[in-house]
Amino acid sequence: MRIEVKGLTHVYSEGMPFETVALEDVNFVLEPGSFTGLIGHTGSGKSTLIQHLNGLLRPMEGAVIVDGVNIADKSDAARALRRKIGLVFQYPEHQLFEETVLKDVCFGPKNLGCTQDECEERALHALSLVGLDGKAFQDRSPFGLSGGEKRRVAIAGVLAMEPDVLILDEPTAGLDPAGHRSILDMVRQIKRERDLSILLVTHNMDDVARLADHVLVMQSGRLVMEGTPLEIFSEDAKLQTLGLSLPQATRLMNMLAERGCDVRTDILTLQEAEEEIVRAFI
Amino acid sequence: MNEPIINVEQLYFSYASEEGGEQIPALAGVSLSIEKGSFVAMIGPNGSGKSTLAKCLNALLLPGSGTVHVFGMDTREDALVWDIRKSVGMVFQNPDNQLVSSIVEDDVAFGPENLGVEPAEIRKRVDAALASVDMYEHRQKGPHLLSGGQKQRVAIAGVLAMESQCIVLDEPTAMLDPSGRKEVMDIIHRLHADGKTIVLITHFMEEAAQADRIISMERGKIVFDGTPRQLFSQEDNGHNLDMPFAVQLAAKLRSRGLDIPKQAITDQELVEYLCASK
Repeated sequence: MRIEVKGLTHVYSEGMPFETVALEDVNFVLEPGSFTGLIGHTGSGKSTLIQHLNGLLRPMEGAVIVDGVNIADKSDAARALRRKIGLVFQYPEHQLFEETVLKDVCFGPKNLGCTQDECEERALHALSLVGLDGKAFQDRSPFGLSGGEKRRVAIAGVLAMEPDVLILDEPTAGLDPAGHRSILDMVRQIKRERDLSILLVTHNMDDVARLADHVLVMQSGRLVMEGTPLEIFSEDAKLQTLGLSLPQATRLMNMLAERGCDVRTDILTLQEAEEEIVRAFI
Repeated sequence: MNEPIINVEQLYFSYASEEGGEQIPALAGVSLSIEKGSFVAMIGPNGSGKSTLAKCLNALLLPGSGTVHVFGMDTREDALVWDIRKSVGMVFQNPDNQLVSSIVEDDVAFGPENLGVEPAEIRKRVDAALASVDMYEHRQKGPHLLSGGQKQRVAIAGVLAMESQCIVLDEPTAMLDPSGRKEVMDIIHRLHADGKTIVLITHFMEEAAQADRIISMERGKIVFDGTPRQLFSQEDNGHNLDMPFAVQLAAKLRSRGLDIPKQAITDQELVEYLCASK
């Protein structure tokens, strides 16, 4: 599924004292099967942008075109496409509401008109995708689970709708380091198994460096940078003016280079830094 | 060495279980003391008892067994509870859950008002508290117009206005973006420099590394208590936690034959050793 965002503009409280331009002429393409990182300061428009991608917000100007169809259309085709774009909000566990885990995960497919058997089949599969044993969890109350488990159940609820594109808004916010790692490993696993495209909103540059093949950078409602992680993170000065940092490995290699060491700075991960320092210092 | 202001002895605490199952103790025999003016970071996985311990420090929770003394006051004594809460102020994780007023300065005044402080004195304290977290110019705003980092700084000002000697912050940066995190950490450092005692619960090792002392918890027990350098220079510390980036990289480089001392725990130090080895 290919998502094309064209000239997207959105203004909150238009004509009111607190009028805010949240998005201004944003253009980009999410290619099928891509893993895109969306970064930017709080208030840069990231959340407003992703709510346009599955039609929760309607563009004031511009359009979101999915496989050639404008998803703001009232047609059945547009409606069907919107349902193929799964959006996982920040702190998705706040949206759990059912009595049992199984019922909660079934809510999405039920709304798509699936039969009870189909719903349960999808729900159990989705639970296994997020690394939970469906049989052990299905009858438990979602409110009795740990924070990490709740979040997995909430993500399973979106996966049960079998999206072609999965958008995650800071899926690791508030988790401890082990929870953080396991949620991202899960995202990677899902991408491999379901072959969907991923858009990850995050403040963590190391995650972007490690996972994404494409990066979008927002600032004050505009898309100000776009490219591969290497391209984006080679522009330290520009990122700093945007209030953004570098991946830790890149930052360390830059420090070495500034001290006159002959090392490459196009380094994104711990492994790459290790290899490059071994090359330069041994 | 300064005098201890908080003394915890053999503290046990269990939450009442909802489904009648077995009670798992959230705190299983914790003893520690915290000195005046120190900066203590508390780390450990979710569910290890950090927040429970924090809530025991100002009588939001009372010991199941064992004791907690704050400035010599036993938290189990009902009559002392207000003095205890005045001495040890809390800042929680979610900035939206702890601001009660629709105007920033009213919110900061909430604490001293409840303590029965004179209005003129409240005015003075609120202004001083807001100034010390760099929020004075926003004093007339509604909290909904502030960023996450700004809201957390207002919450800290609320504690300052009560003139708490000790501030306990439970993951105050967990919901903030990197610049919000930096704002809050800068303020924490400033308060520490001004003589406040700081207890900071965090999942970010880079933040914990900035403290004088780190307490690491697992399953309701303290598994490490020492300086950041002691913690991070243990090769395999057996504690289930993420090392700072420089420590991880240094360990890898050592295994490849580079001679990097274990004292190198920050980026800066690692770079120094590498440059010196050239």
